[in-house]
Amino acid sequence: MIDLLRAAALRLAAAAGAGVVATRDPLAQAMVVSFLGIVLALLFLLYQAPDVALSQVVVGAVALPLMILLTLAKVRRDAEEQRRAGARPRTGT
Amino acid sequence: MRLGRRRVRPRAVLLAIGIAGLASLLGAALRALPPSGSGASAYGDLLVARSVPERRAQDVVAAVNFDYRGFDTIGEEFILFAAVVGVLTILRRRDDEEDVTARDEDASAARAPPPTSGAVRVLGAGLAGATVCFGLYMATHGQVSPGGGFQGGVVLATAPLATYLAMEVSVFEKIAPRWLIALGEGAGAAGFVALGFLGLLAGRAFLENVLPLGEAGDVLSSGTILAANVAVALEVAAGLVLLLAAFLAEALHRRLRRGAR
Repeated sequence: MIDLLRAAALRLAAAAGAGVVATRDPLAQAMVVSFLGIVLALLFLLYQAPDVALSQVVVGAVALPLMILLTLAKVRRDAEEQRRAGARPRTGT
Repeated sequence: MRLGRRRVRPRAVLLAIGIAGLASLLGAALRALPPSGSGASAYGDLLVARSVPERRAQDVVAAVNFDYRGFDTIGEEFILFAAVVGVLTILRRRDDEEDVTARDEDASAARAPPPTSGAVRVLGAGLAGATVCFGLYMATHGQVSPGGGFQGGVVLATAPLATYLAMEVSVFEKIAPRWLIALGEGAGAAGFVALGFLGLLAGRAFLENVLPLGEAGDVLSSGTILAANVAVALEVAAGLVLLLAAFLAEALHRRLRRGAR
């Protein structure tokens, strides 16, 4: 039983990992990598490492996507500002 | 164009060689692994046998992370500390100048995001309360069950996020003022090191477990393991909330800019 679950989780992790690479849009990628984090946590749980599984949940499903979203917000805002600065000078009002 | 195409080819060949090399090495390494469930090291057996009599810690992982190999964990804690400081330093430049003006503009235009519904507010408040309880439980029970300061700290950090999602940024800033969070971040990081010096003060080694050990299975047990977990929880929770605040400042700024257009 546990072997079947482990095999299923391993395949799911491989599929999710491939999904992360195959996703082109960074915003969607942040969500897919968060899903991969949960799958990896499940894998750790099935291999009897609950401490690591908990760490993996909080890092993979919360902290890492948050960092990616933060970076995206930053990059896109800078790009937006640059585009606007190029299109027309900003007025003070 | 042709030049570009010619440039890509060697790169693809290089990539193929790299992938083939990595795959063969990884395959060989995986084949050499002991089968699942076996291969426990002598060190592992030793720690399993000794962590309860020596440290009253039923979760051997916590005993290893915060006591036997506690010095490594101090290093890991400062990796996180340095990462948070680095992110905040990169984002700081704009915090001083533009976010303030954007917020002032918003206030002068009497503009505010539409209020969230009552149902969302109740759910958010309930979720935040439950999250705080669960985070504190996890942070203080690391020595008796899986979990600990790191995991509990991240769970605690999601409570302000729940209030932000359900309510307004002002609520987030009220329950998590930046100066207090920054103080918590520093105090958490310093607290772990201070625990190390506690050992020196007692005339023993740095980070040696000199606090009363208590009874195995109790919450107030295992000496410095519990104290270190609490310090790490504070540091991790504060660090993540600081990152969250930086993220929200970015997101808020974008929304205001788009509205002002």
